[in-house]
Amino acid sequence: MEATTLQCLYKPRDYASDQEVKWCPGCGDYAIISAVQKTFSELNLKKEDVTIVSGIGCSSRFPYYMNTYGFHTIHGRAAAVATGVKLANPDLSVWMMSGDGDSLAIGGNHFIHAVRRNININLILFNNEIYGLTKGQYSPTSERGKITKSSPYGTVESPFNVGELTLGSKGHFYARVPDTDVKLMTEVMKQAYLHEGFSVVEVLQNCVIFNDKTHADITSKETKLNNQILLEHGKPMLFGENNSKGLLLNGLDLEVVTIGENGISEEDILVHDASAKSNVLHNLLIQMKLPEFPIAMGVIRNADANVYDKAFFEQMENQEQLSKYKSLDDLFMSGNIFTINS
Amino acid sequence: MKTTLESVVIKFAGDSGDGMQLAGTLFTDTTAVMGNSIATFPDFPSEIRAPQGTVAGVSGFQIHFGTSGVHSPGDTPDILVAMNPAALKANLHNLKPACTILLDSDAFSKKTIEKAGFGNNPLEDDTLSDFKVIEAPITSLTKSALTDLGLDNKTADRCKNVFTLGIVFWLFSEPLEQTINFFKQKFKNNPTIAEANIKAIKAGYNYALTIEAIKSSFTVLPAKKVPGTYRNITGNQATAWGLMAAAQKAGKPLFLGSYPITPATDIMQELTKHKWTKTRVFQAEDEIAGICSTIGAAFAGNVAVTTTSGPGMALKTEAIGLAVMTELPIVIVNVQRGGPSTGLPTKTEQSDLMQAVWGRNGESPVVVISASTPADCFDWAFEATRIALEHMTPVILLTESYLGNGAEPWRIKSLKELPEIKPLMLETKDANWQPYKRDNEKLTRKWVVPGTPEMQHRIGGLEKDECTGCVSHNPQNHELMVKIRKEKIQRVANFIPEQRYKGKDAKKLLVVGWGGQFGILFGAVNELQKEGKDIAFTHFNYINPLPKNTAEIFSKFDKIIVCELNDGQFANYLRALLPQFKYEQYNKIQGLPFTVKELKNKFNQLLEEK
Repeated sequence: MEATTLQCLYKPRDYASDQEVKWCPGCGDYAIISAVQKTFSELNLKKEDVTIVSGIGCSSRFPYYMNTYGFHTIHGRAAAVATGVKLANPDLSVWMMSGDGDSLAIGGNHFIHAVRRNININLILFNNEIYGLTKGQYSPTSERGKITKSSPYGTVESPFNVGELTLGSKGHFYARVPDTDVKLMTEVMKQAYLHEGFSVVEVLQNCVIFNDKTHADITSKETKLNNQILLEHGKPMLFGENNSKGLLLNGLDLEVVTIGENGISEEDILVHDASAKSNVLHNLLIQMKLPEFPIAMGVIRNADANVYDKAFFEQMENQEQLSKYKSLDDLFMSGNIFTINS
Repeated sequence: MKTTLESVVIKFAGDSGDGMQLAGTLFTDTTAVMGNSIATFPDFPSEIRAPQGTVAGVSGFQIHFGTSGVHSPGDTPDILVAMNPAALKANLHNLKPACTILLDSDAFSKKTIEKAGFGNNPLEDDTLSDFKVIEAPITSLTKSALTDLGLDNKTADRCKNVFTLGIVFWLFSEPLEQTINFFKQKFKNNPTIAEANIKAIKAGYNYALTIEAIKSSFTVLPAKKVPGTYRNITGNQATAWGLMAAAQKAGKPLFLGSYPITPATDIMQELTKHKWTKTRVFQAEDEIAGICSTIGAAFAGNVAVTTTSGPGMALKTEAIGLAVMTELPIVIVNVQRGGPSTGLPTKTEQSDLMQAVWGRNGESPVVVISASTPADCFDWAFEATRIALEHMTPVILLTESYLGNGAEPWRIKSLKELPEIKPLMLETKDANWQPYKRDNEKLTRKWVVPGTPEMQHRIGGLEKDECTGCVSHNPQNHELMVKIRKEKIQRVANFIPEQRYKGKDAKKLLVVGWGGQFGILFGAVNELQKEGKDIAFTHFNYINPLPKNTAEIFSKFDKIIVCELNDGQFANYLRALLPQFKYEQYNKIQGLPFTVKELKNKFNQLLEEK
């Protein structure tokens, strides 16, 4: 990436504001903010050109801790506020910080429509599968049967899969990353920035107080090698110790295979095409679940499409050229007018 | 025989698919161009095509035009155009003796008469004996006028509103040219339809000229208006134009974030036509996204507006609180309709006043102003924007269905004659600046938008430190901030004109109005003043804060009566703010505007009481 080869204008810590960070000790958010600061630094973003918009929830305190422009709005509405910011000044780099409750429950409507319109905003979605700021109720991504303060006998509803919902809303950029891997988060966030259109980066984030280790099967040191697969555009879908395992397509389903067994060689393994127009394979990758499959990480979908803000301003410029009016006075005096003399 | 009249009220009434709104609008445009004063009142059901032939499905368009005394669309029509028995039935209770009724006799069959709820054929019994009735076989005449064109039955049938309009044009000696040009323009890609409409209007005009049934026609002379160039304008169009003019005077792009809702949608539709002005119109996924995008656009430096009606206003409540807390300039236009809930979507009411002033969680003051006529929606939209930008606050502009859909001549304003608006933007670094540091006089903070170097800051819905704007849970700071936010709105009163009233010598009765009932209230008081009654009138556009001299005016009168289209909201607001006075009330909650007659009766009663 060209941006990374330039001399950095700011160090990551230059993006930190003077406010005391008030997340719980051990919270996954610390790693995320550090990745965001690294991303901005590596992208050479000017502090004044970045606007961070958030909703309500632990993750949404994020803007207060960044030395950029920031707006901590209301629960669920960050996507709508961010849309207004982008349309008021399309030159700004607009980032949205939100949680699973904020974006998928109370803000679900704004989320799907921002994705559908494909407006050029980058969303970092902190998914900890719980309501933290209200002290531990189940969220729309909590697994079925989850016992929480608001579901003492277990939930009787099925969760959203963030990636599925993004693709179902006609999304063109979706990535999934664990909060334990700052390097990967940084790489993925840079790609999200470079993608024109709405980018969804789901971070599997750990809530150390109310839902500790909920992602541990995926993210812990002991399990991550076999339970995660990092998808990289143009590379074969390999994972496990010494990349000994891989994915291939068997009919309409994915299958985990071992290289060297049953005559399988590396050539048989699927090669990741994040830019594919069709999202069918992306959906299969997103839906993979333990224990049968590893959890897909990295940029799973990154396809080109019409960008809302671009089309919005192109249409405006065309109308400026085409309009028969050159001023409001022209408009006011057009059509049926009549003059009364004294 | 020709009779010259001061002013006339015509009502076009028919099925909601009969084209009554179009007939009314075309007639309005012509009378406006001929220099008459006009006021209109469209009245239609909320269903797009309500059941045919029923009273519930009747769509009406009333227009009052004339030389003088046109302050309202008029109480009752002088001429009723009834396209079917239901239209006649729906209006019969509101006709004065000697009113002229023009009706389509072809539409009176046994079935349609029953459907309208008449026991007998009203054309055959004495139902209409008090009126001058013109029975014209409009449907069959229209069809025969169009036989050469080879149109199908349905298309020919749809021209009967235009044929009827031709009759009305003749009645009032109004020229056809403008309407003919309208058809040529509107149907330029379909010359057959253009010709059908032109033939129909001429046929109607000629029919009226030749038949003996119409014994006289009328002339209404042009009004004596302020010299200038005029055009006909609806309240919603005037609102849209006022917003565009204000943005230009502020030197910032206009942003509208909105969601379709009756009767406010026309404002969005008007603005979106004018992308050439760099106006950004965002049709949001819901009312909440409408206002939230507006708040985002305000944060990023646009003149940001959202438009809605009552139910949408309810959804925007939480976000208005955010704009209060972050002290961002936004304008919220509420074109009021009948409530609560979905209520009466197409009918007028003034029942969102309390919601505008107090309808939020916490102590959450905003500026509330209202428009009073269709044309002055332009001025009040401009003023709402000025206050928002110069006082860094959300401003709610209340109009109402009656204004939004109503039309009147507007003396066209040029951009040159409008005042500059000075946004409180800070564009270069000031060492003493803090996000919530205030101006001593207005208590406003500065508007520093993203993209401005070295001034990065964060705002949000959590309570703010009174100077730095950082999050603060300090108890004393919260109390201070509540008082500052209140005082900031109160100080807007130092920057608005004093309240005026009409009737300097009066002592007995003061009529108080607000919002869109101005014309009718003015008309009623004006007539009583001419009769020598001891009565005065004051009309409020600034609701919160009230003009500073309000109490001084009230103190001059023995009695005060507050007239509004709700159950007493402004009266109760005044009782809370100025409890030293006693307020009588006149309220109407029927989804309809006042009539001059009912107001005069009430005022006379109060004037006669000891």
